[in-house]
Amino acid sequence: MTEISYRQALHDTLRAEMLRDESVFLLGEEIGIFEGSYKITAGLLQEFGPRRVRDTPISEEGFVGAAVGAAMLGLRPVVELMTINFSLLAIDQIVNHAAKIHAMFGGQASVPMVIRTPGGGGQQLGATHSQNIEVYYAHIPGLKVVAPSTPADAKGLLTASIRDDDPVLVVENLALYNTKGDVPDGDHVTEIGTAAVTKEGTDLTVVAYSRAAAIALDVARRLEDEHISVEVVDLRSLRPLDRETICASVRKTTRAVVIEDDWLSYGIGAEIAATIQEGAFYHLDAPVRRVAAAEVPLPYAKSLEQAALPHAGDLVTVIHETLDATGFTP
Amino acid sequence: MATPQERPGRTARVRATPEPGARPEAPKRRRSAPRAPATPAVQAVQAAQATTPPATAADTETGPSAAAAAALAAEPPQVLADYYRQMVLVRVFEQRAAEMYTRAKIGGYCHLNLGEEATVVGLMAALERRDYLFTTYREHGYALCRGIDPGRVMAELFGKATGVSGGWGGSMHLFDAGARLLGGYGIVGGQIPPATGAALAIAYRSDPGEDAEAVMCLMGDGTTNIGAFHESLNLAAIWSLPIVYVVVNNGLGMGTTVQAASGEPELSRRGASYRIPGVRVDGDDVIAVRDAARQALHSARAERQPVLVEAVSSRLRGHSVVDPARYRSAEDTERARRLDPVPTLRSHLIQAGVVDLAAVTAIEAEVEDVVAAAVAFADESPPPAVADLFAHAYATPVPNTPHRLPADAVVVSEP
Ligand SMILES: Cc1ncc(C[n+]2csc(CCOP(=O)(O)OP(=O)(O)O)c2C)c(N)n1
Ligand SMILES: [Mg+2]
Repeated sequence: MTEISYRQALHDTLRAEMLRDESVFLLGEEIGIFEGSYKITAGLLQEFGPRRVRDTPISEEGFVGAAVGAAMLGLRPVVELMTINFSLLAIDQIVNHAAKIHAMFGGQASVPMVIRTPGGGGQQLGATHSQNIEVYYAHIPGLKVVAPSTPADAKGLLTASIRDDDPVLVVENLALYNTKGDVPDGDHVTEIGTAAVTKEGTDLTVVAYSRAAAIALDVARRLEDEHISVEVVDLRSLRPLDRETICASVRKTTRAVVIEDDWLSYGIGAEIAATIQEGAFYHLDAPVRRVAAAEVPLPYAKSLEQAALPHAGDLVTVIHETLDATGFTP
Repeated sequence: MATPQERPGRTARVRATPEPGARPEAPKRRRSAPRAPATPAVQAVQAAQATTPPATAADTETGPSAAAAAALAAEPPQVLADYYRQMVLVRVFEQRAAEMYTRAKIGGYCHLNLGEEATVVGLMAALERRDYLFTTYREHGYALCRGIDPGRVMAELFGKATGVSGGWGGSMHLFDAGARLLGGYGIVGGQIPPATGAALAIAYRSDPGEDAEAVMCLMGDGTTNIGAFHESLNLAAIWSLPIVYVVVNNGLGMGTTVQAASGEPELSRRGASYRIPGVRVDGDDVIAVRDAARQALHSARAERQPVLVEAVSSRLRGHSVVDPARYRSAEDTERARRLDPVPTLRSHLIQAGVVDLAAVTAIEAEVEDVVAAAVAFADESPPPAVADLFAHAYATPVPNTPHRLPADAVVVSEP
């Protein structure tokens, strides 16, 4: 184990996979000479050269689609989209092409490509640059969508994604890049489609992913002081979704709260709540609650932006309300 | 103000797109029927294209040209002094914005017009009050030169309720309906289709003519690689829309050069596929920019002929305030400094006897005061009230629009 940042884990994984497999190459805006908008690809152009670290013009639809075609011929392109917001310019290639080609052509071709991209608000970047729209992609059969919350999962999931033969969207988060954690040395693969119980508990389950999973873990640890035992399920994979791990946890704790950075209506939390009512209904002591962003385009002004985004304090409030509603005493 | 530096001028003020000499036949610029014949303005553009030697703006640095000197001499001194004042306003405003950003008064991203002042002022001098402007996230200067109070612009950067967008937009999203500034846009190329649609609305509602309205749509050099640019130009061409697309070519899109990003690096030629005439102009020459933009706007409003104007200048600093621009060579940075349009105009005006040193100094002092007042206004203004979080959620209220905060229950369930 070595303690490194989430950013470093992504960088090291890209490098390791490029060394391991000649067919892995990177493309995206500003990933070479500029070293990446968030410096994930720093140094890779020098090491691997422009054939394998390819700077693109600002042409998201074009180069994402080019990655689809290169993947059809057996290369393993890893595309960096500067932020998930700009994926919207490429959504046709992602949804109508990358996601469809394997099934629509009867399994004759596959599209082994990865799109890495950070989402997340809270940086005062305004309405168009602060979104959490992973649910758009999590909705689509044919895509796989992962959202690591720790450096170890960043390594494990990115490795698995690059080696996977389907198009995988790796959702990173601006607020996580500088966070640190222990990462297994050597080859480390996290199976896509599996959630993790990052803290065990007996009173209530918090389900989360990405930045919110880090918040959930932090809150769960703090609530130990109040003798409240919270279990945390980190989804890690949004598609496929590990429903059994979620339901098993809730059958045990009898209460569930979801915290998510995306908007509430039709969000990831809605899918979680629906899964819990189907898979753990007879075990539930309280309604499943969701903590999610206020449903407005995110404002720039700090006061408004902070009011609109979910925080640890909101999660604590909703955990207490859920416990109180069932007469829980620690 | 920094001490003005000496800088040799240019040979030609308006540098039109050279025809592709290597090709066997120069492409015909215009279709015949059913499109209108070339307008006088377009003919002028075409004539300039035919006669001007191919030159990249800012690359011929051999002393003030006779043409440039004559152009300056032909302008009323008051007009030149006003252009200088506006360029200094943009310069000082941006320098203070950078400072306020490092002091965390401004958050998010903050992109500056430093180095582009002559382009900003020239374009805004050509744009009439009745015209509409769509622009990018690098737009503070355009808002100022559109006549918007600097205090309200700075307040938007500070995220205050008194800002032009009420604190909702920030640096990248300035908007002022009164000034017909229909937005700075943060998604690269995002402004181009809506600007084209605004031109459609004008064509829909009114007839062409000298007094007609037109749209100016600004974008960076890197933005010409976005699909929406090409789709929009095509629409403007087939629908004969009153729009002028302006490429503010500062040589870089973040760290990527025009050469590296564009199959046709002479960006004013990128309208060729749509038979949209293009003109390349020295973006460091305020008069040249103004005249080219005026001519283009004339074609747009009077003849419904869309035009592509490329103004070539340089970015004095990084892509945004936080970018140290390490990818840039020392020579490139030095060259940008040498071409800096603000001290250049200053020394030209003094040398030509348009204004004296005392007048120039007075302008600079006055601008410093204006910007200081803008900062004070922004600082003292209140932030938007959290109670107003949903105030702008929809224009037409309907039942059940969500007004919940993150910890609120979505529906109440009593046991
Ligand atoms: C669709 C989209 N892709 C990428 C970005 C990130 N980005 C912001 S500005 C920029 C460079 C734009 O360069 P250019 O058009 O030359 O304008 P300049 O910044 O030089 O004024 C990029 C890549 C974005 N905002 N939107
Ligand atoms: Mg540029």
